[in-house]
Amino acid sequence: MLKRIERPREFSGIPIGQASFPAPFASGLEYASPARGTWNIVHTGMLIPEAHEIFVCAASCLRGVVLTAAELGMAHRFSTVEVRENNLLDGDMEDLVIEGVSDIIEKLPKRPPVVLVYTSCVHHFAGCDLEMIYEELRNRFPDIDFADCYMNPIMRKSGLTPDQLMRSRLYMPLKPRPIRKGSAALIGHDLPLDEDSDLMVLLKENSLKIHEITSCRNYEEYQEMAESEFYISRYPSAVAGGDMLSQRLGGRHIYVPFSFDCDEIENGLTRLAEIMDIPVPDFSGKREEVAAALKETLNMVGGAPIAIDYTYCPRPLGLAKLLLDAGFNVDRVYLDAVTGEEKSAFDYLKEHHPHLQLFPTVHAAMRFHSAKERSNYLAIGQKAAHFTNTNHFVNVVEGGGMLGYQAIFKTLELMRQAVREEKDMRNLIQIKGMGCGGCV
Amino acid sequence: MKQTSTIISTYSADVFGVCSALFELGGMTVMHDASGCNSTYTTHDEPRWYDMDSMVYISGLSEMEAIMGDDEKLISDICAAAEELHPKFIAVAGTPIPAMTGFDFDAVAELIESRTGIPALGFATTGMNTYVHGASMALEAVARRFADRNAVKTAQPTANILGLTPLDFSVNRSDAAIAAFLEESGFKVLSRWAMGSTLEDLSRAGSAHVNLVVSSTGLGAAKALQELFGTPYVVGVPMGEEFSALVRGALQTAAATGENQFPACCLQGGDTVIIGEGVTSVSLASALELSTGKAVKVICPTETDEALLREKDAKLQFEEEILEALSNARQVIADPLFKPICPETVRFVALPTESFSGRIYREDIPNLVSDFETFANEVL
Repeated sequence: MLKRIERPREFSGIPIGQASFPAPFASGLEYASPARGTWNIVHTGMLIPEAHEIFVCAASCLRGVVLTAAELGMAHRFSTVEVRENNLLDGDMEDLVIEGVSDIIEKLPKRPPVVLVYTSCVHHFAGCDLEMIYEELRNRFPDIDFADCYMNPIMRKSGLTPDQLMRSRLYMPLKPRPIRKGSAALIGHDLPLDEDSDLMVLLKENSLKIHEITSCRNYEEYQEMAESEFYISRYPSAVAGGDMLSQRLGGRHIYVPFSFDCDEIENGLTRLAEIMDIPVPDFSGKREEVAAALKETLNMVGGAPIAIDYTYCPRPLGLAKLLLDAGFNVDRVYLDAVTGEEKSAFDYLKEHHPHLQLFPTVHAAMRFHSAKERSNYLAIGQKAAHFTNTNHFVNVVEGGGMLGYQAIFKTLELMRQAVREEKDMRNLIQIKGMGCGGCV
Repeated sequence: MKQTSTIISTYSADVFGVCSALFELGGMTVMHDASGCNSTYTTHDEPRWYDMDSMVYISGLSEMEAIMGDDEKLISDICAAAEELHPKFIAVAGTPIPAMTGFDFDAVAELIESRTGIPALGFATTGMNTYVHGASMALEAVARRFADRNAVKTAQPTANILGLTPLDFSVNRSDAAIAAFLEESGFKVLSRWAMGSTLEDLSRAGSAHVNLVVSSTGLGAAKALQELFGTPYVVGVPMGEEFSALVRGALQTAAATGENQFPACCLQGGDTVIIGEGVTSVSLASALELSTGKAVKVICPTETDEALLREKDAKLQFEEEILEALSNARQVIADPLFKPICPETVRFVALPTESFSGRIYREDIPNLVSDFETFANEVL
């Protein structure tokens, strides 16, 4: 029998010196923080110009996605087919998808060039013949490209994650066309690459024709991505899709990892330049510039405690390492798992900064972790800002459009800005899909 | 085709109704689902999420757990969290995959209760019904499990309010306005199911003389409390002077006679249509008919006791059938996300509700109990 006490105890983090790789925390019931800036599969699918999304699932699953589209002001590009209990019992799930999608297409005021059909966990469990479904839809609507998309979070621990799948499906409608020498497509990320990022500067200096889904104005422009000689990804969950794309269309996939480590930045860009047969960028003086920027920022931030979370970028531990080595008071990182890409940073921090605290974001006790009073933390990322209850925070998700040394300089600049100016944390973090034009 | 929606939204689902109904009662509610339900509920259906530390979680069901029937993972996770967080009760609610695998919610609740000593409730929601179904189940279960069977009627006239959740009433103080109406009508409010009351308040509900059901989510609890304590109930939301007077009279009659009361006005015909939850919409239609003398029809897309709808009202669930029913309407009062399926000639009066459009129009949701007249003036 459990002993009752009045209040839950304060949840404390784990010093990284005592943490396990790759899962520092036991899995269990999961809490959802109010920070909502990261993108979901509705936002990502909307990146294909003129695409219409059709979700086929139960009402509870439809609720979140239909309101995501409504909040974006994109309800006109979004439709649903509702799975009911009788469909589970009658075994007519294939018919429901085919007839439901057909019915919607016939009713749309304008025929879309591409339709993304999202099936869900129930289709997977019912053993639906998805291949037959798409074949029939393509037969019925030969003028429409169909992309098989998935909202099946139950599969998140089996094979590709829903995020990886979505980033791969985003390019499935691309049709093979002759490869154009000197062209490159930036793939697999939600936010456009910054014009001043090291990668964009390098590509432009070498006069490459650059395709990026975020700048495609119509479906034809999107299709032009298929002419690319190179597919360049920078987000870890885009790698699988980049490989698939390369195999299907023939261009070469190059992964340039987002990083805060000078060696890794230089190695990534050097490898890219060598594969593309363009001059390797000149990195001389960059490390000194980084040191100067760190010093300038440290002078402003001082000893203020810093919290980082994994929604800021794919390398939260890499950022902690950079800042701790420079003398910043990073005292906690919020993450639920450590990725393989962060293993070396994890090991380094374990040895050199063993007191750095790791906190989960979904652990049940995190419900009570958010500070009740406003704190003096400088937070980097929305979840860190929420949990530490600070208005001094860097409001970026998924690494923004940063890459290369520019990611270091921009992060430091945003930290200085966050020290100077308060933000409306409560309202900003609750906007879904930051940078996707949310209207709430 | 009935199950398709080209453009309109989806009502909040049964599993979220359970969470919403139990939110303020100090329990721990677990949605047995893979992922997504938790953030959907907390983002779109729960305006109290940021400010109230209620324990609502998701189990994080995985493919292998579902295939292998590994219920022990869920049970041990819940017990571990309960040991740490000490909820007053535990509720487990279902979603589509547990519905497919035939998950036994009652048995699992019993196991959890035997291991933790904490009262546990199982809700076999499927994620395929609306919030009304889930919230009604949850409030009824609270009545049957927690209402003090030894309660004696109070000396003075008292009432409970049943069916209060933000999904129907947002957080614009409609709940307080209903309570104030009861107090002004001579009934001390013992409990509000379930906004603004504790589980202990609700446990004393059997002492009340009458229950006021303000949405279909309160009907299950009303019937349970009548069965347990013989308490009669009145169905209706006090809106507008005339209809509020009807509700007041119904409360007094019910308290005096023990007979349930269903106050409503029903003028013949009408080309103004309200789309929404049954009890709140019939109340609004009645209030408008009484104050303007013009007939108003109701289309109810959510579950309700059809006996509560008037003869001219309709229970229609899908976009196609609602669209057809609106073909002759002159004026439509509905959530703004219904507007795209209204004929262009229709005069549209926006009446947002959290249960349909979530947080999008939250600031514009009117408190029809305390400020009916302003809204009525918008209706021609």
